[in-house]
Amino acid sequence: MSNQALPRPRFNAPNPEPGSKAALKVEARTTPLLQGKVSEVPDVAFGWAMRLCGLAVVALLGLIVYQLVVGSALSWHAFGWKFFGQSDWNPVSDQYGALPFMYGTIVSSLLALVIAVPLSLGVAVFITEMCPVSLRGILSFTTELLAAIPSVVYGLWAIFVLVPILREYVQPFLASTLGWTGLFSGPPYGIGMLAAGVILAIMIIPIISSITREVLTVVPQHQREAVLALGATRWEMIRMGVLRNARAGIVGAIILGLGRALGETMAVTMVIGNRPEIAKSLFAPGYTMASVLANEFTEATGDLYLSALIEIGLALFFVTIVVNALARLMVWSVTRGQPARSIA
Amino acid sequence: MPDTDSNTAAGFVPQSSIPQISIPPISLRRRVMDHVMTGVAVLTVALVLLPLFAIFAYLVYKGIGSINLAFLTQIPKPPGEPGGGMANAIVGSMVILAIASLLGVPLGIGAGIFLSEYGRNRYGDIVRFVSDVLNGVPSIVIGIVAYGLVVMRQKHFSALAGGVALAIMMVPTIARTTEQMLLLVPQAIREAAYGLGVSRWRTTLSITLRTATSGVITGVMLAFARVAGETAPLLFTAFGNQYWNWRTDQPTAALSLQIFTYAISPFDEWHRQAWAGALVLIVLIVGAVAAVRIAVKHGTLAGA
Amino acid sequence: MGVGITVEHLNAFYGKTQALFDINIAVLANHATALIGPSGCGKSTFIRCLNRMHETIPEARVDGKVLIGDLSVYNGTSATQLRRRVGMVFQKANPFPTMSIYDNVAAGLKLNGFRNRKQLDEVVHKSLHNSALWDEVKDHLHKKSGASLSGGQQQRLCIARALAVQPEVLLMDEPCSALDPISTGKIEELIFQLKEQYTIVIVTHNMQQAARVAEFTGFFLLGKMIEFDKTEKIFTNPSDKRTEDYVTGRFG
Repeated sequence: MSNQALPRPRFNAPNPEPGSKAALKVEARTTPLLQGKVSEVPDVAFGWAMRLCGLAVVALLGLIVYQLVVGSALSWHAFGWKFFGQSDWNPVSDQYGALPFMYGTIVSSLLALVIAVPLSLGVAVFITEMCPVSLRGILSFTTELLAAIPSVVYGLWAIFVLVPILREYVQPFLASTLGWTGLFSGPPYGIGMLAAGVILAIMIIPIISSITREVLTVVPQHQREAVLALGATRWEMIRMGVLRNARAGIVGAIILGLGRALGETMAVTMVIGNRPEIAKSLFAPGYTMASVLANEFTEATGDLYLSALIEIGLALFFVTIVVNALARLMVWSVTRGQPARSIA
Repeated sequence: MPDTDSNTAAGFVPQSSIPQISIPPISLRRRVMDHVMTGVAVLTVALVLLPLFAIFAYLVYKGIGSINLAFLTQIPKPPGEPGGGMANAIVGSMVILAIASLLGVPLGIGAGIFLSEYGRNRYGDIVRFVSDVLNGVPSIVIGIVAYGLVVMRQKHFSALAGGVALAIMMVPTIARTTEQMLLLVPQAIREAAYGLGVSRWRTTLSITLRTATSGVITGVMLAFARVAGETAPLLFTAFGNQYWNWRTDQPTAALSLQIFTYAISPFDEWHRQAWAGALVLIVLIVGAVAAVRIAVKHGTLAGA
Repeated sequence: MGVGITVEHLNAFYGKTQALFDINIAVLANHATALIGPSGCGKSTFIRCLNRMHETIPEARVDGKVLIGDLSVYNGTSATQLRRRVGMVFQKANPFPTMSIYDNVAAGLKLNGFRNRKQLDEVVHKSLHNSALWDEVKDHLHKKSGASLSGGQQQRLCIARALAVQPEVLLMDEPCSALDPISTGKIEELIFQLKEQYTIVIVTHNMQQAARVAEFTGFFLLGKMIEFDKTEKIFTNPSDKRTEDYVTGRFG
């Protein structure tokens, strides 16, 4: 606006032509249809009802902790910390130790990670960096379909398809080539720790790969371009420009997958063999914390037996919570900080 | 890498007054590496897709052959006898899921409304964190809690206990997706309603929530699909039942439980039925999700 | 008929930042009053204090006295009750996206529990007529959603929606800032007609617009009301040097 002259205001009506004026004649207001006082009560009540719902979520967690702590008190008093160091699990003599189950849970989950991590990363990298855009949607949808299959269906497939394949082909092969390590020895039943690890790996691949994908997509485009501009090949760009920048998020994705594997119940229960033993060979049957709950909870007759099982549940609960909280923080550190910085 | 080092050194030899930089061709080793890694990535995709196709192929191949009218209308026969079906388990699953939805959906949506409309503060952060934690609790642990809450009190297993367990699992997922969907509704839309003298609760329900309806329903279906196939939390809550049961306070059969029982049994006939059950379970889940999606798009729920 | 507005010693805050300092103003019934000033001067905050929209922002608060007619805004009246008497049109047209044109206009009544179909039809017709939109939308009241209209039409729909609740005062927060000149012209013409029936307070960043539609104009700067007078006076012979600098385009 220049300061050459004051604007010339018009103070009269813009004098619309008579015709349009008639069309636009504003009708007189009538008394409002909404009469009467508005009560504040429903608003306040609604607000508190919603707060109550929020509180209920916190209460649910409290309830879970309460149930588990109270339920396991008997076993805690009987065994104390020894519970987690003993490998004796004998309902007849009322001796309970959780070590074989913890061992089984940890080994099967780590085995699953060993198999799933390279595969998930490969899939995520392929989808975000290599594959044509037209394929991208279909591929990510298909891998996520894997996550929609119920655990019990995985177990069913594992029993009748995976286990025979392991028994007939994979285990003999492993025994003859890597048998000297001691990890792959003993009779090839098919059922056992290896089968549990493989089926768990199939189940956690969608989680790890979809979160890794999320993390990779928030790596700013200029990071890629910077590396490419230095004359790097595509793989070098992925390794230096993408994977390095997304490290924390990828580790978070892996830990989230671990959290899922630790608590997975049905498929594992169906193929792990359910024997509370600690064996070095991955061919041997094992038992996990979740599986022993699934199998023995309804049969637990004695109070101490039930309490010991609930204590296993409590331990499982704590481990998964710590693992999940850790993973969330790591994923957030990438997906939250990065986009804001790249926009600025 | 020796070749890159020598390249940079060689590249900086000034030839005339204008320094020329000769960009060396990418070495064979690096090009091979690039192709190898691309091949590896493609291979991983193939390895991941393989079990997916194998599972679906087996499901259809083994399942279709065993699904017949009897499977869908009869209850299980005693072990060893041929025939029979999973009608009671199909109905039982529906009953348990209905109870779970009845309890979990309103609570989850309410918590989501709290988070987006009243929880932009410290209290909201606590609830957000707790629901993320709840999301990671193993389903079998939820089963123990529902056992303590319902089964111990009623003194017997029941559909109600199963419903409670699944409801607890639905709440955090629904709460967080509802929150995200409500936050997508522009503040201007809320202000428009306030400006008309519409009260806050009415605005939240009839304007904000309604505008976000399709997103909220997607979240609800996600939670539903997640718990529909759950077995672990039903083992010691709904427990299973070989016969018809129409009461919510009695042990109730569920499709997923029946699949588990049959899969680990020694009978061929039951194995076949387990495959059929798995196929029916997946078709029911996909069908329910698709039906609600279609209803949201075209039906009365669309709102427009 | 509209009612007048009296504001005494109004202060508004966002958390610890004070946005308005001791505003005093008397708005005449059945006139249009324009509020001008550079961006961030507090004019929008001020208009949002008149129907307590300010307090929907977290940590925002107000003190002082506002009277709409004989109704005390910050003393014992619920915000909901007040807003039924004070309509508001926003900077960006914000029709309810999931509702048809008809439902958008009827929303204020329907959501407050008014169910009489015949009267609703009447009110919708009258409001759309008064906002000069009836002829353009009468054939697809129920079929088209409010969001499918053009920007100018959407803004007139929002005016119709506000009118349907039958307020006495109409607050307009830069109602034309997102519109093309032709739509702006239509809405200005409409404001001119509406002030026979309503008291109108309009925030605008466009001085010509203030001059065209309003009898009174207030000039805001840095959260203070610098000058409030007849529009003619503000634009031709302002008493304050700062007002003169602004209306002659020396800053802002």
